[in-house]
Amino acid sequence: MDLKLGHSNKDGIEVVDVEGEIDVYTAPRLRELLIELVNKKNYQLVVNMEKVEFLDSTGLGVLVGGLKRVRAHDGSLDLVCTQERILKIFRITGLTKVFGIYESVDQAIAARKAEK
Amino acid sequence: MATVEVTFPPLPAHVRTARLVATAVARRSGIDESLLDEVRLAVGEACSRAVEAHRKHCPGQPIRVALCDDGERFEVVVTDAAPADADGEAPVAAAPRGGNGTARGAAAGDGGTAAGDGAPVAGRGTTAGVDGVILQLPADVGLAVITGLADDVHISPAGDGTSVAMSWKRRSATA
Repeated sequence: MDLKLGHSNKDGIEVVDVEGEIDVYTAPRLRELLIELVNKKNYQLVVNMEKVEFLDSTGLGVLVGGLKRVRAHDGSLDLVCTQERILKIFRITGLTKVFGIYESVDQAIAARKAEK
Repeated sequence: MATVEVTFPPLPAHVRTARLVATAVARRSGIDESLLDEVRLAVGEACSRAVEAHRKHCPGQPIRVALCDDGERFEVVVTDAAPADADGEAPVAAAPRGGNGTARGAAAGDGGTAAGDGAPVAGRGTTAGVDGVILQLPADVGLAVITGLADDVHISPAGDGTSVAMSWKRRSATA
């Protein structure tokens, strides 16, 4: 399945909903969306990956790039993911220590609010 | 004996096709269902790497994927035709689980990434900011992911390019 992207603001945090496969073909679209959001001064991002069916290192690179951009503005990029097959690549690459990974969007937002 | 061979032009859209074919052949060969996601991801990584290399160096040449089942192991070999060291980014030596993989040219970074040994990729050849957050993934992260997924990985010169062979032991007798 191709990649579907959406985003909405929730409690001041921009939630990016991703559905489908993030790979070398589709990852540029996610990259463009993250850049667009940062350019519009959205520096608190949550990427909801609950409907992601496939993620490779190209996708990881896009997420790391997004993190880099928001961190430049003292922002954050957290992930929502409970799928073991997706989490596996974060574990292999050690990125579980880099991203905040939560079980739900509400949990991610609550954790981010609590840090403020 | 190769059961299925696929060649495709170096276009990102075809990486998904290669993943789908590899997963279908792996399923038919009878490897454990729990390994299918690993096969899919590893083949995707190898093909993505090959596509990127071909687009830089030889966009007119196809990438070859061979899927073999010898009854005990399921092996996928992704072969590209791009010069391994042309961009200064040599593939890593990858033999994390008892394999004897070789890599053309010098191994990158700290002498080879072996995600399969439990050490994460991040931190080796990774660019980090002042507060320790990773700002850029290492160039060889795809190969490191493959070594973390497959039971054995062998990277070797193949003609002008590189061959990435990855295999999984069959854990089911069903064919």
